[in-house]
Amino acid sequence: MTHWRAQAARRFLPWLLPLLIVVLWQVSVSTGWLSSRVMPAPAAVIEAGWRLGSSGELFYHLGVSFRRAIIGFAIGGGIGLALGMISGLSRWGEYLLDSTVQMVRNIPHLALIPLVILWFGIDETAKIFLVVLGTAFPIYLNTFHGIRSIDRNLMEMARSYGLTGWPLFIHVILPGAMPSILVGVRYSLGLMWLTLIVSETISASEGIGYLAMNAREFLQTDVVVLSILLYAALGKLADEAARYLERRWLRWNPAYATGAAA
Amino acid sequence: MSTQSLHLREVSRHQDHTVPSNTDDRTAPGLALSLDAVDKSFGEHRVLKQIDLEIPSGQIVAIVGRSGCGKSTLLRIIAGLESHSGGHIHTGDGARTGNNATADQTRMMFQDDRLLPWKTVINNVGLGLSGNWKPRALEALAEVGLVDHADKWPAQLSGGQKQRVALARAMIHQPRLLLLDEPLGALDALTRLEMQQLIERLWQQHGFTILLVTHDVAEAVQLGDRVIVLESGVVGMDLPVSLARPREHASPGLAAMESTVLHRVLARESTDEPHHDERRHDTRAPLRWAL
Repeated sequence: MTHWRAQAARRFLPWLLPLLIVVLWQVSVSTGWLSSRVMPAPAAVIEAGWRLGSSGELFYHLGVSFRRAIIGFAIGGGIGLALGMISGLSRWGEYLLDSTVQMVRNIPHLALIPLVILWFGIDETAKIFLVVLGTAFPIYLNTFHGIRSIDRNLMEMARSYGLTGWPLFIHVILPGAMPSILVGVRYSLGLMWLTLIVSETISASEGIGYLAMNAREFLQTDVVVLSILLYAALGKLADEAARYLERRWLRWNPAYATGAAA
Repeated sequence: MSTQSLHLREVSRHQDHTVPSNTDDRTAPGLALSLDAVDKSFGEHRVLKQIDLEIPSGQIVAIVGRSGCGKSTLLRIIAGLESHSGGHIHTGDGARTGNNATADQTRMMFQDDRLLPWKTVINNVGLGLSGNWKPRALEALAEVGLVDHADKWPAQLSGGQKQRVALARAMIHQPRLLLLDEPLGALDALTRLEMQQLIERLWQQHGFTILLVTHDVAEAVQLGDRVIVLESGVVGMDLPVSLARPREHASPGLAAMESTVLHRVLARESTDEPHHDERRHDTRAPLRWAL
């Protein structure tokens, strides 16, 4: 009896507070205590989602934003990974690259927006460029750190077993650095959405940011809130993807194994 | 680029396409070693001083001594993990150690298991092999009694099991010279006895030469055909252990042998004050003279 009760409490109690807040929110808008120009009712947000979804508009803008994010992340992450490996694997690479990268890293990339608009206008390139800048550095830093913190003893063992070059990299260095690289990936994915939100909000003719800014002009607070929730959902999705990679690629690590070790 | 890493690269080139097999030209199973005035210095500090040693094929040589006496360094030099400052090391074939063939025939086990945590047990055993090595890896695991654990992660094994996997990983290369750098030092007493028996059994089957560095004098006389006491970089005692195998654990013969070696080591310790600074070079291993 107590066991059943404890299990139910563990499952449902975390949802109690969010549910209460939504109910309170709906009630205060419906009674007119909160103006719908300040905050739309939850029902109105759902309705806006339904309306834009059925017209296809929602998915179009979602697709545009998603595409920008993925392209930017692929390029930025690729650059970060490549530079991190060059610096991590060779002393010369570190001397040549690391201090430069560290200097550039300290420039807040969103501060470059005016310059980026001057360079690229307000089309796709500008947004992808900003996402590239935002995502490259966390992956660079964590790749570099991951490679440098591989157990020296394991490297010595692998060398004494005849591994050098590519086999050494693929069997020892890359898997050894992987936990750290994936930390960088998670961090980068967060920055990817943040950068995209800001750049789309400032200037865009399509995408979720455009949806929100366009709705603002017509005082459609329901669409604005919907856009914010969409960003949150996309962020959560990206994080889940990164966690999936961690569970899959770091299975060997008891800290990530799920139920495998008993 | 140091000469050492160059040498390792050549080793790998040699090994990449070689899956050792029973059918090659290895006539004598054990590699004979001959050390001629081997010297090693770290900066000002001379760790090994003119070491001369003749090790015949198939012998188990146990090397004991205080922390910092140079025994691990000697083993690492023979393994090619460190270069020596002077002297020569030859194998029975007349080849210098450090060349491709010799490094391929030498395998080392360390105090820690050094398994790759991201590879399953069987993939750890097959490290550095190419071709169809899986059946042979299973065979090697069967030899150490871990064939049921082939698909586990190292994190799921006990300390003794991990060292047995490390032993299987060395055995699959069919080494002619096995270098053991206190591989049993971190194990509990019972597991350690089991491992000693396992190593002895594999040695009897395959006939390779073993150099065993240990702090444990009982282990040295139990396993060794010969016990060498290193004292501040020189051979202080070279004692043959001619007791028949299998050796009863803690038999009177072994006990007498053990106490002879122990006296030598302890006697040196009390008159060895000026050399205390040597300990800095080998602080990871605890002093454990006896089980």
